[in-house]
Amino acid sequence: MSSALDIGLLGLLLGLAAAVIFMRSSFAAVCAFIAYGLLLTLAWLQLRGIDVALTEAAIGGGLTGAMLIGAASRLRRAPAAVPAHPATIGFAALAGAGTAAALAACVLALPDPAPTLAPLVAQNIAATGVNNAITAVLLAFRSMDTLLEAIVLLFALVGVWSMAPDAAWPGRPGLRQNAVPNGIYAYIARLLPPIGLVVAAYIFWVGADAPGGKFQGATIFAAMWLLIISAGLSDVPPVGARWLRVALITGPLTFIAVGLYGIGSAGAFLGLPEVMAKPLIVVIELALLPTLTLILALLIPGPPERALEP
Amino acid sequence: MNDALLYGVAAAILIGLGVFGLIANVAPLRKILAFNIAGSGVFLLAGAVARRGAAAGFSGDPVPQALLITGIVVAFSATALAVALMLRLHAVAGDVTLAETPPASDDT
Repeated sequence: MSSALDIGLLGLLLGLAAAVIFMRSSFAAVCAFIAYGLLLTLAWLQLRGIDVALTEAAIGGGLTGAMLIGAASRLRRAPAAVPAHPATIGFAALAGAGTAAALAACVLALPDPAPTLAPLVAQNIAATGVNNAITAVLLAFRSMDTLLEAIVLLFALVGVWSMAPDAAWPGRPGLRQNAVPNGIYAYIARLLPPIGLVVAAYIFWVGADAPGGKFQGATIFAAMWLLIISAGLSDVPPVGARWLRVALITGPLTFIAVGLYGIGSAGAFLGLPEVMAKPLIVVIELALLPTLTLILALLIPGPPERALEP
Repeated sequence: MNDALLYGVAAAILIGLGVFGLIANVAPLRKILAFNIAGSGVFLLAGAVARRGAAAGFSGDPVPQALLITGIVVAFSATALAVALMLRLHAVAGDVTLAETPPASDDT
């Protein structure tokens, strides 16, 4: 039976989603979206997806929220958009209600008992050497998805950087931060990172056996770096920096190299020979961690805007 | 109705809200927000399906759960690209709207 917690949580989620859609002020809509992302994390806990909840809290709520707040504050002086034509709104209402009704009907018609791959995972997880089923799926059973995801992230960063004005290339992304050097923000940016780094390293390493992993760990590393940058204690590297370019491609290239090794040793691209499975998974995770940290962090400040001083 | 189905129905409503906002809102930032609401609804729907697949000692089917993590990260990167496109449009055109007849702006 549905508990009061579930009903209250879903009611709040739907209310916040409606606020995001219908609020007049864009800035207020973004704030509602951040609250929505945090509440969604609770919904994931209720659905027993603890790894997904961690990812949603870190990326869906945290990083996306930070990026949208930045965009909304930059657009504050933009003229207000003209409201849509009433016919468009009518069509939108029909399309939205139709989609929701069709999907709800599908949900209620789901087969019982539900099809599941969980028994297959349980049978084969011992061969991978990791105990967290999510990590086993991400890096052994469905590692092609994870490889393509790392490449999609890289392409997204290339796409964002290609928005740079010609004059600013190959400069530093974003605007210069002018925080008070000894203010409370700089103080927090000195105090929090050591704690954050320990938490991030723990979440990264524990991913083999418990909820956690490279995405969640990389997001926390990225958040700590962004905190230091936004407090003016450090600066974003110029996009032309050689070390940055090398670090950005190291993760995907290592992943592909492990995949090619699999052709010879296990008979398939990305195949993992049973005795080497755990070490190879650790190699992939360690190689992806710095790449993911850099990409997730650099997607936030956006394209280069400050030309390098000659 | 059991818990997972309740979440599934709520997810369907979230997707409907997102589709409405995507069409009805003119401002690109609001379209990006609406698309993210619809996207999170899709993830939640898949999460409800994964919860129903609990078996073999797992409290949910781990395969869709792992793919959801991939999905959330890819959705973030797509949002970042959309935001960069929108801010570039703002910088070049001084105006951010996808309406066919933009209002005459007086601060260009």
